[in-house]
Amino acid sequence: MINELLLMNGYGTYVWSAFSFTILCFTILYAVIKIQYSKEKEKFITKFGTLNSERAAIAKSQAINKEILSNTSIS
Amino acid sequence: MFKYFEPNKIFSITSKAPKYVLLLFIIVISIGLTEALILSPEDYKQSHSARIMYVHVPAAWICLGIFSMITFLSTIGYIFKIRNLFLISKSLAPSGFVFNIIALVTGSIWGKPTWGTWWAWDARITSMLILALFYLLYLIAWRIYDNDKAFKITSIISILGIINVPIIKYSVDWWNTLHQPASINILSKSSIHISMMYPLFIMTAAFALFSLLIFLMKYNTELIKIKNKGLDRL
Repeated sequence: MINELLLMNGYGTYVWSAFSFTILCFTILYAVIKIQYSKEKEKFITKFGTLNSERAAIAKSQAINKEILSNTSIS
Repeated sequence: MFKYFEPNKIFSITSKAPKYVLLLFIIVISIGLTEALILSPEDYKQSHSARIMYVHVPAAWICLGIFSMITFLSTIGYIFKIRNLFLISKSLAPSGFVFNIIALVTGSIWGKPTWGTWWAWDARITSMLILALFYLLYLIAWRIYDNDKAFKITSIISILGIINVPIIKYSVDWWNTLHQPASINILSKSSIHISMMYPLFIMTAAFALFSLLIFLMKYNTELIKIKNKGLDRL
């Protein structure tokens, strides 16, 4: 059963490589986008930390900034 | 109506949605892979090599769909000067490009046992390669140009690229190609058996969920980038 699934009448190499390539592309794309997202969020938090209390209050008055500062991590 | 497209309103949804989409994607892809690799029958002519269809066809459908959406949103965005539509288009492009590459590579892998060659300068395959080049140009334009210029250039690239989409679709009917004609038709009877059609639709749903996931993550990244610039101005 396992051998049949792996070999697929001699087409196993083609089928498995096509599926593996797809999964690999998904993983790489997900990782790249996730890293970009984390970096931008980290940058935002660092910048926010350097603001004085008055500017921080102005920035915090925007709903979107509050959302970013709240835990939006998807993992 | 356009006020509903404002980033401030959308972000509260898009920042929470990815975790649910990721969970749904994992469930659907698991079902899809089980159907595609184990449960679906082998083809009477192409044997097990036909299973490559379950990744090749959805990838091709979705990359064509995404490019059409990019063109539509860019055009509307350019006419009505809605910056957020450009942001949505920009966030759609990475997954569209990757699906285009998947369609080309898996098509090439499928071509070897079926046609005896990895590549042929056939109308369908060549037009798909041209679409990948348009995707690449589109992504590069966003990296090179500043916002206002990028809006214009990316709109031009997407409008020029959309001319290629009907060519891809009808290339197998207009020319005598190595690539087979469409097996699934909306208006007429499909030539694919139902036992193969179900796994194909499940895999298409999984791929669509993955592109939605990538879109949401990329869109959130772009919004945070804008907010970062906003903090600099404070």
